[in-house]
Amino acid sequence: MARPALWSVLTDPLVRQNPVTLQILGICSALAVTTSVATALTMSAALTAVVVMGAGLISLIRHHIPSAIRLIIQIVIIASLVIVIDQVLQAFLPEISRKLSVFVSLITTNCLVLGRSESFARLNPPVPAMVDALGNGLGYSLVLIVIGSIRELFGAGSLLGYQILPTVDQGGWFTPLNLMLLAPSAFFLLGGLVWAVRSVLPAQVEAPEHTPPDSAGERT
Amino acid sequence: MVDLNPINLWRRLLALPNESRTKTVAMAFLVSGICALMVSGATVLLRPIQTANRAAEQQARLEALVAGIPGMSTLLEQSGGSLGTVVIDLARGAAAVDVTPETLPGALDDTASWTGLEPSTDLAGLGSRPNYAQIYLLRDDSGDVSLAILPISGSGYNGPIDAILALEDDMTTIAGLAITEQSETPGLGARIEEPAWLSQFRGTKVSDASGDIRFAVARGMSGNEYEVDGITGATRTSNAITRMVRFWLGPQGYGPLIAAIQRGEF
Repeated sequence: MARPALWSVLTDPLVRQNPVTLQILGICSALAVTTSVATALTMSAALTAVVVMGAGLISLIRHHIPSAIRLIIQIVIIASLVIVIDQVLQAFLPEISRKLSVFVSLITTNCLVLGRSESFARLNPPVPAMVDALGNGLGYSLVLIVIGSIRELFGAGSLLGYQILPTVDQGGWFTPLNLMLLAPSAFFLLGGLVWAVRSVLPAQVEAPEHTPPDSAGERT
Repeated sequence: MVDLNPINLWRRLLALPNESRTKTVAMAFLVSGICALMVSGATVLLRPIQTANRAAEQQARLEALVAGIPGMSTLLEQSGGSLGTVVIDLARGAAAVDVTPETLPGALDDTASWTGLEPSTDLAGLGSRPNYAQIYLLRDDSGDVSLAILPISGSGYNGPIDAILALEDDMTTIAGLAITEQSETPGLGARIEEPAWLSQFRGTKVSDASGDIRFAVARGMSGNEYEVDGITGATRTSNAITRMVRFWLGPQGYGPLIAAIQRGEF
């Protein structure tokens, strides 16, 4: 009984309940750090670590969080974890940490992290809370890696630094699409991805909030 | 009789209703205290590794910069294979009297070793600059300076930019520039790190015959021998580089030192 429930808690956020494509959470960083696969991977790992540890800690003390200051407590825990992760990255992966620059510290404000701790970890025991956090972290990672791969492949002709498409600069045929390295392209790609996912899974399509007015002629 | 057993106190605190004022304040202090410990612990434990990383990075950039200048490796072999390291007193433009490369970090911890900058002269947006700087000099057989390697810094669009500028023996021609630290926008300002952009610095003049500093990162393509091409979409970062180079070669920066080297006093 418990296992299938945990299993679905873990796998649901991968595609069906994906935090980025369905809930449109955490897209700010998804746009910023996906210029290459390496930065996307590191960012995913950092976010997953923060969201899992944060969920664990918050879930441990969930019975003793006064509701008046619950958001403050959650943010303080998340922010401290982010600083620790940032310091670890600066110490052991200085190259990548330089590329990610401020975006690691911005995990604090990533809606995904607070969203999971507020809506799930605060109300559930540590194990399901951490499994849910892991699932969401992996769902976020999946989107980041997909977008990062597309942007690096078409923006620089490489994947993880290995040249796949020989660029004109190096005597090949491929002219890199510089647009892919700019933030707007991530918007287009993310929009395309959301569209693709919702075409396959029509259940995710939201009901329109506004119905367009009928044709103007009927007003008279 | 007041019960002062800490375990009982702890139990009583946990048993309090979550909404009580005591528990709210106690939880706030506890959580922030533990988090503060975690953050400061990580910072203190990891600082030595981070400092070593930064030093190694700086050294690697310096070596790459020197190796990238044509004819430099032969020059290095002639002069014994290494650069001379000197700590200079920026205001006097001469070697510092009682500061060595080993004692420099300690000397710079002292606020007395820093000079505040007026907004009108603070081109690079530094606020204050150190009185001492560690530079590297390469000398030819007759003892004249044939290459000066000067660390420079300034504020960019997103944060500080650190770089190393190499000047040829006439002190007006750039031999190379390497960026050691920057946090500019990836894909735009961060392109200042690209070798293709940095390579155009070689041979660029910084000042004209009258000694006026004319160097600039152009808007678009460079128009004369004092300019390098700008980076499209990164005007603020390009301007930061211009101001940084101008500040550090000017009177507040290495100006006195460059004058001394040109007079042959160094």
